[in-house]
Amino acid sequence: MMGLVLAPAMVASLATCLATVPLFAVNPFTEPVGVVHYLFVGAVLFTAGIACMTLKRNALGILMGIELVLNGANINFVAFASPYLRAEGAPTLGLDGQVVALFVILLAAAEAAVALAITLNFYNNHATVDVDRADDLKG
Amino acid sequence: MTGMLDMDFIDFMDFSTLTHVVPPLATTLAALPALPIAGINWHSVLFLLFAGLACGFAIGVVAADNVVRMALYLVFSLGATAGLFFLAGAEFLGAMQLMIYVGGTLVLLVFGVMLTAQAPLVSIKPSSSDRTLTAVAGASLLSLLLTAAFSVDAWRGPGVGVVPAPSATPLGMALVGVRVDEPPAGTPVGGRVGYMLPFEIVSVHLLVVLVGAAYLARAKRRRTPRPIDALASAMPVEPVSTAATVAPTGRSAGGARSALVGGGR
Repeated sequence: MMGLVLAPAMVASLATCLATVPLFAVNPFTEPVGVVHYLFVGAVLFTAGIACMTLKRNALGILMGIELVLNGANINFVAFASPYLRAEGAPTLGLDGQVVALFVILLAAAEAAVALAITLNFYNNHATVDVDRADDLKG
Repeated sequence: MTGMLDMDFIDFMDFSTLTHVVPPLATTLAALPALPIAGINWHSVLFLLFAGLACGFAIGVVAADNVVRMALYLVFSLGATAGLFFLAGAEFLGAMQLMIYVGGTLVLLVFGVMLTAQAPLVSIKPSSSDRTLTAVAGASLLSLLLTAAFSVDAWRGPGVGVVPAPSATPLGMALVGVRVDEPPAGTPVGGRVGYMLPFEIVSVHLLVVLVGAAYLARAKRRRTPRPIDALASAMPVEPVSTAATVAPTGRSAGGARSALVGGGR
């Protein structure tokens, strides 16, 4: 019901976005890749992760959404760090972006380990991984 | 005897007649530059390939209901992301992405899927109103992010294509506190910091996380029966696996649970 109300707004916003974005004005096979191409991929992965986190009821699905979000952020860090993708005269993060992306990968591994342990504990106690049934702490 | 036979066979084969059947190779090669292969930037082609794989499988993770398929799609999406890292010149980071994410984190996730994949939990379907709301929110967020990304002129230009130096050694030196990489243009004069302290913090953090995860996931003995034990006792178990898994004294909870895992197949 809410989607029917919001659908025209969504279509209008997408149309304005695509109108401002000259995606296919050039041949994508011959044009060199820039930072903004990587930002596009990062935005899609980030959005997919957010949608995964909000949509899934399986706790492991929510974990996968978090991994996707962290990967989208990592793609942006790598794109801003790359001297290959840098446009003429634009600044670049240099090696710092890669270092931050490395830390993000490590912290994502740690987060996955702890969240998986919590999920297994929840499964042992409740015999389900449905997060809608994790309401023991609800006041 | 056999050598003479071979020679006769070679003499019998007249290769000059083949040129009448197959068009000459030189003519074929001369026709190649007329094809649109000539001006193709192979870096862009590989980028489009990996970007399409990463985006498509990321959307597949959202669209799939089966948790095993979601894990498989996530493997492909993260692997394609590693390819994007290689294309951007961050080869050490791409290798770390493959080793830590695809090799470590996802094995962990797949183990979690396998440990919790009882039949009704494999695919928990969200309601259709949730799907609609998520589609609207996702499209709005994506349009916002794309408009923001394409609105900065410094990011829109094509890359100048400076092939970067190998980044493994500068990364390792930066992690132990010494910067040996070339400072990027526009960096103010002065020393740049290394990453010794964050490296130490992350290493201690990983140790604490490993201890904490092992503590959280350990097998506990319970006084009150858990719902999973009720499930296990209600389920008929064949006598062989029961005799193999139930310990003699005091281990009925753990034995019943492993009987549930073994008997659920």
